[in-house]
This record gives sequence, C-alpha cells and structure tokens, in this order.
Amino acid sequence: MDLVIARPEGLYCPAGEFYIDPWRPVERSVITHAHGDHARTGNEHYLAAAPGEGILRARLGQDINLQTLAYGERLLHHGVTLSFHPAGHVLGSAQVRLEYGGEVWVASGDYKIEPDGTCAPFEPVRCHTFITESTFGLPIYRWQPQAQVFAEINQWWQANAAEDKTSVLFCYSFGKAQRILHGIDASLGPILTHGAVEPLNRVYRESGVYIPPTLYAGDIKKSDPIMRKALVIAPPSAGGSTWMRRFGDYSDGFASGWMRLRGTRRRRGVDRGFVLSDHADWPGLLWAIEQTGAQRVMVTHGSVAVLVRHLREQGLDAQGFSTEYGDDEEELNATETGTASAEVLP
Amino acid sequence: MKAFAQLYAELDATTSSNAKLAAMQHYFAQAAPEDAAWAVYFLSGGRPRQLVPVRILRELAVAVSGLSPWLFEESYQAVGDMAETISLVLPEAVHSSDDGLAVWIEKKLLPLRGESPEVLAEQLPKLWSQLDRSSLMLCIKLITGSFRVGVSKLLVTRALASMAHLDSKRVAQRLVGYTDLSNRPSAASYLKLIAPESTDEHAQRGGQPYPFFLAHALSQPVEQFEALLGPASQWQVEWKWDGIRAQVVKREGRLWIWSRGEELVTERFPELDSLVHGLPDGTVIDGEIVAWKAATADTEDAFDPQAPTSPSVQPFALLQQRIGRKTLGKKILDEVPVVVLAYDLLEWAGEDWRNQPQAARRAQLDQVIADCNNPVLLSSPVLTGDDWFDLARQREASRSLGVEGMMLKARDALYGVGRTKDMGVWWKWKVDPYSVDAVLIYAQRGHGRRASLYSDYTFAVWDGPAEASERTLVPFAKAYSGLTDEEMRQVDSIVRKTTVEKFGPVSSVKPSLVFELGFEGIALSKRHKSGIAVRFPRMLRWRRDKSVDEADNLATLQDLLG
Repeated sequence: MDLVIARPEGLYCPAGEFYIDPWRPVERSVITHAHGDHARTGNEHYLAAAPGEGILRARLGQDINLQTLAYGERLLHHGVTLSFHPAGHVLGSAQVRLEYGGEVWVASGDYKIEPDGTCAPFEPVRCHTFITESTFGLPIYRWQPQAQVFAEINQWWQANAAEDKTSVLFCYSFGKAQRILHGIDASLGPILTHGAVEPLNRVYRESGVYIPPTLYAGDIKKSDPIMRKALVIAPPSAGGSTWMRRFGDYSDGFASGWMRLRGTRRRRGVDRGFVLSDHADWPGLLWAIEQTGAQRVMVTHGSVAVLVRHLREQGLDAQGFSTEYGDDEEELNATETGTASAEVLP
Repeated sequence: MKAFAQLYAELDATTSSNAKLAAMQHYFAQAAPEDAAWAVYFLSGGRPRQLVPVRILRELAVAVSGLSPWLFEESYQAVGDMAETISLVLPEAVHSSDDGLAVWIEKKLLPLRGESPEVLAEQLPKLWSQLDRSSLMLCIKLITGSFRVGVSKLLVTRALASMAHLDSKRVAQRLVGYTDLSNRPSAASYLKLIAPESTDEHAQRGGQPYPFFLAHALSQPVEQFEALLGPASQWQVEWKWDGIRAQVVKREGRLWIWSRGEELVTERFPELDSLVHGLPDGTVIDGEIVAWKAATADTEDAFDPQAPTSPSVQPFALLQQRIGRKTLGKKILDEVPVVVLAYDLLEWAGEDWRNQPQAARRAQLDQVIADCNNPVLLSSPVLTGDDWFDLARQREASRSLGVEGMMLKARDALYGVGRTKDMGVWWKWKVDPYSVDAVLIYAQRGHGRRASLYSDYTFAVWDGPAEASERTLVPFAKAYSGLTDEEMRQVDSIVRKTTVEKFGPVSSVKPSLVFELGFEGIALSKRHKSGIAVRFPRMLRWRRDKSVDEADNLATLQDLLG
C-alpha cells in the first residue's frame, strides 16, 4: 500500500489520515516549510518542525492550532511514525519521514544541499520511497559555491558605492534575503531593507541566526549620503514600482537560480543577475536521491517529466506526482514573478 | 578571447547605449589591433560562414557532457540557444588560454572549416577545455556564426570615432564593406579605421559606397503634418518602393552595386551591367532595385526614363524568388527583370555631393538619368500635391500601385549617415498594414530573451464562413512580435494550460486566443497549406473581445489578394 497518494486537497497519507502541505483546507496538515505554496491558511491542525514556528505563526496567524516537533523527534499517529529532518531550504524547513508497517517514505518538500548557516543543513534520510521536488531538474542548472556568488555581490556593491550609486538587490524576502544578508560582507557599507524583508529578519534574529544590522529603507531620505553607498535588499515586486524612485541613480541586481540562463537574465532587465538558489541544482537532486537509497521516487513540481525519465534510465522506479506547489516565487520561472503577491507579511 | 567575452557579457547585460559605448571604448583602448580588428568585424555584424555543422557540435557536446541525447535536447529547449546550452552542460573548465581573439579566430577556429568529423571530435574538446564558461559560449557562437549582441553599427562607429578623435561619419565611411565576406580583418585594416584623416582619403575608395541614409517612421495623423513638418511644398515626396535598397557605384571604368546590408550584389543583377557604359566615372546613385513589370501595353509610358507616370513594380515576393537562386537562368531573368528606381545622387564627377541640398541633388540626378538613357535606370517619380491632405489622398493608391506608402524628404536637407537626424530627416509614411483576425493554434518556445517562453506562434483562419456546417482552421502565418512582455507572459501561461499535443518543440493548443494580425504584403503560394503567403506578419492586438468563431476566414485573405 502507498503511504502517500495525491488527492485533490494535496498529498495524503491514508494510514495516518493527514495531508502534507495541502493546498485546500483540511483537518490535519503536516507542513514542510512556511513558503506560501506549502503552508496555507484554513487547516484545523498544523504539525511542523519546531524551528519554523516563528515564521509559520507570523505568516498564517499567531493563533493557528500548531504543534511542533524537534528535528528527529518521533510522533506516533494512527500507527504511522512521523518525524521531521532538516531540508536546508529555509529556516524551519523539513523533510517528513513516515514509517508504517516496515515501509519508510520521505517527503522532501523543497530542499537545498549546500549548508548556508541560516538553517539546519540538509540531512539525507534512508527510505524506500522518496518524494522529491524538481524545480531545477535540468542538467543546465549547476550552482557555483555560494562563497563565489557572495564575492560577486560584494564586488558589485563596492564598485557601485565607489561611483556613488545605490545597489538594489532583488530577491525573495523569506529565505533568500536572510541568506544573502548572512553571507555578504556587511562591513562594505550600510544595508537597507524593504518593508517585506525586515519582519523576517526579525524572526531569523530571534532564532539566533546572525543577520547584520539593517536599516528600514523607508526611514532614509533620498538626499541622505548613506543612500549612495548602501546595499538595498528588496523583493522582486518592488522593482518598477514607485518605491524605487527614492534611490535616484542606482544599479540593480537579481539573485535567483533562474539567473543561470541568459534569456531569463535579460528578461528581468536588471544590470546584474546573481545565480543563487535555495533549491537543489541538478547534481544536488541526483545526489540527494541516491543518498536516500530509495528504489522508488515520486517527482513533484518542476521538471517532473525530465527527472522521471532520467531516473528510470538509471533503473529506479520513478513516477510523477501532480501537485499545486510551485507558486512560490523562486519556483516560478523568474519571468512570472512580477505577478506573485505573497510578499508582504500580515 | 577572455577580454572579448567580458565585453560581450557587458554589452549583453545592459540596455543603456551609454553603458554599451563605454564598454566598447574601454575594450578598444586595451585591445591589441589584431584583436580589435576582429572585434569590430563581429560587433558590426560580420559573420564568417559556419565553421562546423551544428549537428557535429551537438553530438560532441552530448559525448563530452555524458548526457543522453534527449536530455541534451530538453536542455536546449529550455535555454533556447545552442552555444549557451553547450556551455552550460560541459564540465566547467578553468580558463587557461591567454591567446587573444585574433589567434583564436585565425589559428584555432578558421582552420576547423571542412575538417572531418574525426578531426573535429579530437580538436574541439581540447579547445573547449581551455575556456571558462562565458568564453566558451562566445567561442561556440563564433563557430556557428550566430554571434549577435545588441549594438548597432552606428554605436560601434561612435565608439571608434570618439576613441580615435575622428568624425563618426568618416569612420562610418571607412567601415563600409568591412564586414564583407571578401574582407579579412587584420591589424592593418583596423589601424586604417582609426588612422588620422588623410588628404587623399577619397581616392583610396575604389568601389566603396557611402553609408546609407535611413528613414524614420512617421505615424502621426495627417492633420498634424502641417505643424510637425511645415508646408508640403518644402518636401520632396516619392513613393516608398518595396524592393532592395541599393547604391550603384561607377568609378575607374567599373560598376559596383551594394545592398543596404553593405553586401556587394553586382553579380546578382546582370541586367544592370550595361550601366557601366552610360554612367560617367565618379558617379554614385542611391535607389531601389525592384522587379519591373514585363512588356505590356503601357510599357512605353512606364519605360520613359524622364517621367514614368505610374509605377509598374511587381511584388517583392517575386524579387525574393530571384534573390534566393544560386544561379540565375534565362527563364528567371526573363520572368523577373529588374530596374533601378533612382532617387538620390551621392557623388557626381568624383565629388562628394552629400552636402548638397536634397533638391539640388535631385535635379542633377535627373540630368544623369537622362544622359544615361538606359531603360534599367529610371527616376523614382517626384509626387506633387496641393497640401498634405492632397498627398494623403494620393497615398491611398499605394496598395494598388504595389508600393508601401510615401517617402518625405526635406528639400533643403543634406544626406546623412544611418539613422541620424542632424543633417536632415527622411520620413517613411507607410500605409496601414493589412490586418485579419486569426486564431493561435501552435506555439513554440522562443530564443534569446524569450528562451523558455512560448513566444513564437502559428496562426490560422477558418476555411469556411461562420454559417458552414463543418469548417476547420488552416494555418497561414507565423508571428512572434507585437506583444508586450506582460501579454506574452499571459499567453505563455495559457499555452501551458491548453496544450493538446506536443510535436518536438511545438505545442498544439486548444484554439481559444484571437489576435489581430498585421502584414505588409500578400501573395499566392504553393508552399503553404492555405495557398497564401504573407509578408512581415506580426501581432497588432490581442482581441480578447472576440471568440474563436468570430475570427476571419480564407475568403477575407483572398479578397486582400485583389
């Protein structure tokens, strides 16, 4: 019997009578992480990994009916043993391990292989069946070590500051923004943030993640000289809006895995594209799948058909799972993010 | 190579002309002359013929990357650019080659042409492994002849001129013919481009044409013309011909014909050879090569070199058939004869006439045409009207005359360079395009900036009227321009949701989207299922207000054929 099946409401565990990241309101939900397409409002019960509590409550409401487990802690529910394991995607992100009648399934949610210091690093979990994402499931997606990307950002910021130009870096406000703030050289100048980013910085800081001091961009006057030396972290939706007027002459950049392609870079119309993703690249996906030892792989959101075919060629029993994930900004191709609106916190 | 790859990346990353100019100046200031020579060549549109078949590049990339061929193909479909795809799937290499662009082109890449697949399989991976990713992409673009970057020739000219402290018109002059296949860039040819002005510059020119003066589109309503342009009497008005813009150069007892792309096309038009006798040395004429109606009753009138009263031009489609031929047989020369419709005189008696006013050049031109007295050299008639409204009425005959509208040239204007406006302006006042409402039935992902986006569409009309009990959609045109980025994103998302079937990269979609399609010309065609071929099709408007049933049918197109 399959431990997890696809239902109109979401991925469902029949034995445990609960859903994983449901996209329609259900009684019992298990949440892998707090991005909008995985954690939605309206469920009666929420179960999530403990480090994600602050963000989940900030996004879904302080009063949600939420139970948390530490990474690795086990919960027995209707005979199904459930535990969370770090996915390395964003603060509090987890893979869900399910064990029932000797069968082990792991649902990955979204994951990233390279540890970044802002969340617990990805841990492979042995299982019979692995449910994997496939956002960047093509061999053209291979990431540089993040240190190299941060060095590029530092260099760009320094060069702009030398010309008295503000550096505006667009990135997703939850996860990517904090990873960048954590990774760049904060000694290069003042750092300003958009109103959508700052509340998340607060949650990260409260969780003990180092985020350098930041100023709220709205408090700084256009004429203030620090503006000309500053790095501004803003969500993509701020680009092209009136909010940008305050920066006068600026250089803009965009940090996303999609920036790997020249076409998406050019479509974005920014001065610089930095290739930085919170998802696994192609080698990362294949490595993670191999590490689980799973013979059966269910592929969700992204390049489903490609990854399924490739895994079958490698002798695995692979099939696609139809889901409604992928509405979160990074998972959408960078061209479509202009319309995404799940940016501003309540 | 690395420096040029760096320049390419900078040019590619910005849309600002000033930033592009600065990047080029910076590059030229540092580059060795032999490298700069090739850089100018590529930046101003030069393309050596393909050095290695794409099929072989693809096979080698599959072999070196270790990917399954289908996985490589999927990657290519997502990237939309062969050179970039290869650079993304090959193992990342540390850049280890210090050789400049010239060495790469002359010593490493050009010798690959014509090599056997075995030799290529041995050589190419060795070359690739010396380059970092951006240099590798550039290298493959140079190999496939697909190098393109968003700079105009004018911008390259300006970069060189400001660096060499020269007038940019002088540089433009020297650049003419630089990208011709017969020219091989060298340090010497580059140094000539940026050398100080010499007194005998004119004499050095041989068969060189002048840079073409280009027109700007005029799209305001005629009611505003008086305010915008002044009285019609200050303008020289001509038909806008649908042919090949060309310069006829006669010097040193020889004749050269150059197309607007600065390609030497003398051999494509043998019937114009006879002009070598009629035109004196030191004559350069600007005009349009058009397919001319074969002998008919009104031939005498039309062939009167003094004043052809009505144009007898044939559709561009016919001329195009001729251009496509490798060899020009007697049959095609008889069926599609050409003439030059002359409208400007750039050089006369060895003197540069571009600084003479338009009206003076025209008067002298008509004299030259009369003296030449050759039926293949006609004067493009000057049109007269009482005022702009009168001219607008005359312009309504454009379609039936086979012209695209009118050209407006200020009578006192000088002959400028490229699309400049400082010497005077040429306006093209084109008639509105044909238009029909058509249904989107196939979509394909685009290239370059539109990679991964469904941006290239095939459109169909119904093969019967709405009353017909059974009718189907017949494809008749492909179009990929005219939508805003936002509209394209929306269409892309609809295509993804309504895809019925995939044939390789092409998706057939459930017909639901209607667009107003515009095009410049229409002709019968045996090659198209619909029996009709249209010229320059593009999307004018997304007709969200129309259902698929309300789209036009073939009869509408047939009516336009006239």
